[in-house]
Amino acid sequence: MTGRASAFAVVAFAALAVALCFLTFPVVAVFADTGVGNLLDALGEEDAREALWLSLRTSLAAIAIIVLVGTPAAWFLATRDFRGRAAVLTLIELPLVMPPAIAGIGLLAAFGPNGILGGALEDAGIRLVLETAGVIVALVFVAAPFFLRQAQATFSDLDPEVVEASRTLGAGEARTFIAVAVPAARGGLTAGLALAWGRALGEFGATLMFAGSFPGITQTAPLAIFAEFNEDFTAALALSAVLIAVSAALLLTVKLAAGRDAFGGRG
Amino acid sequence: MSPGLEAQATATLRQLRIDLRLAVPGHGRIALVGPSGAGKSTMLRIVAGLHRPERGVVRLGDQVWLDTGAGVFRPPEERRCGFLFQSYALFGHLDVRRNVAYGLRGVPRAERRVRTDRMLERFGVLHLAEADPGELSGGERQRVALARALAPKPAVLLLDEPLAALDPTSRASAIRELGSMLGDVKVPTIIVTHDFHEAALLADRLVVVERGRIVQQGPPSRIASAPATPFVGEFAGASVLFGRAEGIEDGTTTVRLDGGGTVRSAEPGAGRVAVSVFPWEVAVELDLGAHRDSALNRIPAEITTMTEVGSRVRVGLALPQPMAAEVTSASAQALGLQAGMAVNAVWKATATRVTPV
Repeated sequence: MTGRASAFAVVAFAALAVALCFLTFPVVAVFADTGVGNLLDALGEEDAREALWLSLRTSLAAIAIIVLVGTPAAWFLATRDFRGRAAVLTLIELPLVMPPAIAGIGLLAAFGPNGILGGALEDAGIRLVLETAGVIVALVFVAAPFFLRQAQATFSDLDPEVVEASRTLGAGEARTFIAVAVPAARGGLTAGLALAWGRALGEFGATLMFAGSFPGITQTAPLAIFAEFNEDFTAALALSAVLIAVSAALLLTVKLAAGRDAFGGRG
Repeated sequence: MSPGLEAQATATLRQLRIDLRLAVPGHGRIALVGPSGAGKSTMLRIVAGLHRPERGVVRLGDQVWLDTGAGVFRPPEERRCGFLFQSYALFGHLDVRRNVAYGLRGVPRAERRVRTDRMLERFGVLHLAEADPGELSGGERQRVALARALAPKPAVLLLDEPLAALDPTSRASAIRELGSMLGDVKVPTIIVTHDFHEAALLADRLVVVERGRIVQQGPPSRIASAPATPFVGEFAGASVLFGRAEGIEDGTTTVRLDGGGTVRSAEPGAGRVAVSVFPWEVAVELDLGAHRDSALNRIPAEITTMTEVGSRVRVGLALPQPMAAEVTSASAQALGLQAGMAVNAVWKATATRVTPV
């Protein structure tokens, strides 16, 4: 019995080793091929710095919008039982399975100059296409489901008695949400935030289709990498290494800030 | 005096139809007892506003909290119900002091601190004020949760299975502690439990609930001695008598019962005690003079009630404290037992449990 169990353990371990190697090898290769000199050169490039800075600003704005709107929305979904709830959950997850290029087309059809709301937006003086604001819209669209899903699941997992205890102690639903539910769910919420932020930083297709690729205005780091890729592979490689480092540092910071429970445990 | 609580509700919960009516006087402490899934906790949640019944009225004095007919529903935060949850439901992200202060919003800061610490002291957990709930034992958690529920001076206190989360070894002492802590609470109190013994020690009136309906209510001893249904008879288990332990001699404790009579037990005890005896341990004999057997307890009693429980008869006795004996229908007939007869209640010292109260 023990022999068979340990044989299986060896197989499982081997599977993990293969998965780990395959998933990390390209990341390691980026750094190995780049070299420290090129990495510093890449950071010295005006265009590269601009693209990185744009990526940070737009993804931060997108995350702020996602968290502010998504947290109460997820709370509503987690605490209410209503007709069509399953349909709402599926609709929210739709952007997860949608190819980013299609997301871009969809955004154009909805908010583009000739889109359904295009006229109304133009009358209000809001331009999205080929503008930085358009990048933020694209990032919110593709990244929001990651946060919403995680936040909804975390709120659903909260002990209902803890929420009810707050109510019997004189707190209305709003105070219960702010003072009890959000702090109790902070681990899961942070994990969702990190996922969404990671997705936003790496966003490429929808941004390209909807906002275009103009240096300094809509050319985020992934778009800059693609632009360099056609001309100078070494520069593309160096910028990739920088983006990986920045993303990893951001995710790590967010998770450390939320404490240990954001690493997969429950809050 | 605090206003009394009245609650009446009809609700459907999966297969269970709940139809209950309760009245708790301003100083009263009632226990809702019955098996799990009888609808007891749901009734508690209806009173607190955590569950909306299809039809119902909940009223505290002249304040209406719920009246489905008139379209009145006050949310839980406006009802001033102290609620002790089964899991205690402490806020894990707040330390003990902040947990207890949570319900004191609107109280000026300095006064809040004083009131919080006074509650912590009263429940013996002041030294844990800075601890996180995760570091506490089950008993400590219970005391913090009770302090938190009582800090805002609630108009009603509701306890849902207050001892269920404790391990069996700490339960016996926890019942006693909880009993004395509840002694200072002067508002209508409802305790939900599936343990008859626990209910008898904590409440002055029991309401037995079975499948969403009240099957019997009254003082604990009355229910044990005259169960309304076979179910209540099985459920009620032991009769509970109160008295004072007078000392230990030859390994037996003598307990002088309130209202008269003495009982001997093989268990040690001192001070105020509850004596419990299962009805099937108690024999009934006609008082015919001299006896010689191993039963140490032979107490004159009067038969008050005779209740059929299956093939047996539950005999209600006045010692004068009420207690129950159970005999077969055949022997009840052979002895010609009937209400009003003078008999002896007989049982062994080894069949007598002694619990400090």
